[in-house]
Amino acid sequence: MSPRPDLVCPAGTPAALRGAVEAGADSVYCGLQNATNARNFPGLNFSVEELRSAIAFAHQRGAKVLLAVNTFPPAGEFALWRDAVDAGATLGVDAIIVADVGVAAYAAAAHPRQRLHLSVQASASSPEAIRYYCSEFGIRRVVLPRILTVAEIKKIAAEIPCEIETFIFGNHGLMLEGRCSLTNYATGQSTNMDGVCSPAAEVRFEPGADGTMTSRLGEVALDRFAPGETAGYPTICKGRYSTACRNGPYYAFEEPVSLNLAPMLEDLVRAGVQAFKIEGRQRSRAYVKAVVAAFRSAIDALQAGREPDVASLVALTEGQRQTEGAFKTKTWR
Amino acid sequence: MGERIGLTLGPLLFQWPIAQKRDFYARIADEAPVDTVYLGEVVCSKRAPFAEPHYPAIAERLKRAGKQVVFCSLAEVVLRRERQMTATLCARTDTEIEINDASALLAVAGRPHRIGQFFNLYNEEALHHLARHGATHFTLPAELPRRSVGILAAAGRQRGAGVEVQVFGRTPLALSARCYHARAHRRTKDNCQFVCEADPDGMALRTLEDVDWLAVNGVQTLSYAYLSLLREIDDLKSLGVAHLRLSPHTLDMVAVAQLFRSVADGGLDPAEAEQRLIAMVDIPPLANGFWHGRPGHAMVRTDRA
Repeated sequence: MSPRPDLVCPAGTPAALRGAVEAGADSVYCGLQNATNARNFPGLNFSVEELRSAIAFAHQRGAKVLLAVNTFPPAGEFALWRDAVDAGATLGVDAIIVADVGVAAYAAAAHPRQRLHLSVQASASSPEAIRYYCSEFGIRRVVLPRILTVAEIKKIAAEIPCEIETFIFGNHGLMLEGRCSLTNYATGQSTNMDGVCSPAAEVRFEPGADGTMTSRLGEVALDRFAPGETAGYPTICKGRYSTACRNGPYYAFEEPVSLNLAPMLEDLVRAGVQAFKIEGRQRSRAYVKAVVAAFRSAIDALQAGREPDVASLVALTEGQRQTEGAFKTKTWR
Repeated sequence: MGERIGLTLGPLLFQWPIAQKRDFYARIADEAPVDTVYLGEVVCSKRAPFAEPHYPAIAERLKRAGKQVVFCSLAEVVLRRERQMTATLCARTDTEIEINDASALLAVAGRPHRIGQFFNLYNEEALHHLARHGATHFTLPAELPRRSVGILAAAGRQRGAGVEVQVFGRTPLALSARCYHARAHRRTKDNCQFVCEADPDGMALRTLEDVDWLAVNGVQTLSYAYLSLLREIDDLKSLGVAHLRLSPHTLDMVAVAQLFRSVADGGLDPAEAEQRLIAMVDIPPLANGFWHGRPGHAMVRTDRA
């Protein structure tokens, strides 16, 4: 493993940012406290002042700060996204992560020297799509959708003029990112426009008379758990449904599992991946610190030619179950 | 705004046997009051080889009947054959094309093209950028509320570009690389054996409380409910929307097109048309929530007038 990959870590709060930097993050990514980023949850994200201090803190320690402005501005509300881009550029973030063509066009025109990354929300899944964003807006790094095998990533890397970042740990998104309106269908809040997927305010856990627990998003029952079973957080793509060709409810899209590519880090670097991304801006400072530290030591071990110890990461995955998702084999599809 | 609002037939999203497809478009050519018909596989590249050889004849028949024909690009481009399909479509100069993924944009830059429903067009800045590079027509994403449609229709008119809105059929909600039809049948995408053909309007998913909720169409997830904007047609017209899109299903699409045409022409009361739609065989519940800024599955029955 020769080139040193960039470890890109989530920061939902200033405390999580400091934790991630102290635990060895090369870069941290964060968002402002509004709909301009895809984790627009109450109590999460940064004010402009907090972002200013966070940048100073990270830069003093040699870490970079990336600002996610990666939702799609609804018509008539572009000013909020323009302000977010301006704030990031003015405060000196190391890159702005964009998804919308309008936002990308504005950022490239107004701040031509600002480094831009293409968000996973842009769902650029082919070399042609990535080259479009590079040529049109000067994108320097693409975050690939979580639907590609390592072999496919390697082919893409050979055909594009920018760096590649892939998710390695955290939520295992099933749908092509940025192309999913399921939350809006259930709740009236849009993942793309409002920056929420399965918002907590719409989630309920309902105990039944028989001791079971039903999880709901809006009015819709997404899963039911036996007494004593850990009730997972309900998302539509990890819900249980029934259909004509199956006997009884099944996970129609995916089981409630988390993504963990710890065993594949070396393969990913060989495929041409320059940056590893950990998902989870909504996670606690303790969680972020633990995951970042584990991946820091795994990457350092690989760099030094040692076998990495990644066992501690398993305990942090959702419901203790993990997957390599689409990355390992086409049979996932 | 005195122009007559157009009615279009969107691309067929489901896998139908080729004979059924040919009969369907023949009847559309002969009987349906639609101005434009969109052809081509949008959802799954594996299905495309079945229909490809038949499109020239289907398109010819539609054109002879006075319909405008537009060919659509795939909504998701990952594999080599998908890249190839997209490149082949972009190279065509004999037809109008609709782009449903950024993979096609570089190849058509500077040439006239349409932007389809699966491209993330949410705001006027994006519309202006795409229009500057050759986009002449925009079909808006399904989840856009009335306010967005109004602003985008105005931006489109400013550019001389038409804006189109889906008004009927299951609403596209998500795309994946995984085939959920194959998964339901314990297969994988590569050995799916085209099991999706058994569900010509999609495969219903019911919740644990037996509520019909979503419909699976291969790698695509759609609403179980059928979108109906019959009651919103006057509003769509007043906002300057140029075209109304019907998404094909197995029910009588000629009758559906006639209902929407009559309401658009002022010859039929929307509530009456909706009753006739509900009376059609096998029609699932109707929904219009996205338009009203509500959960997409909701049906809001307020008459604006």
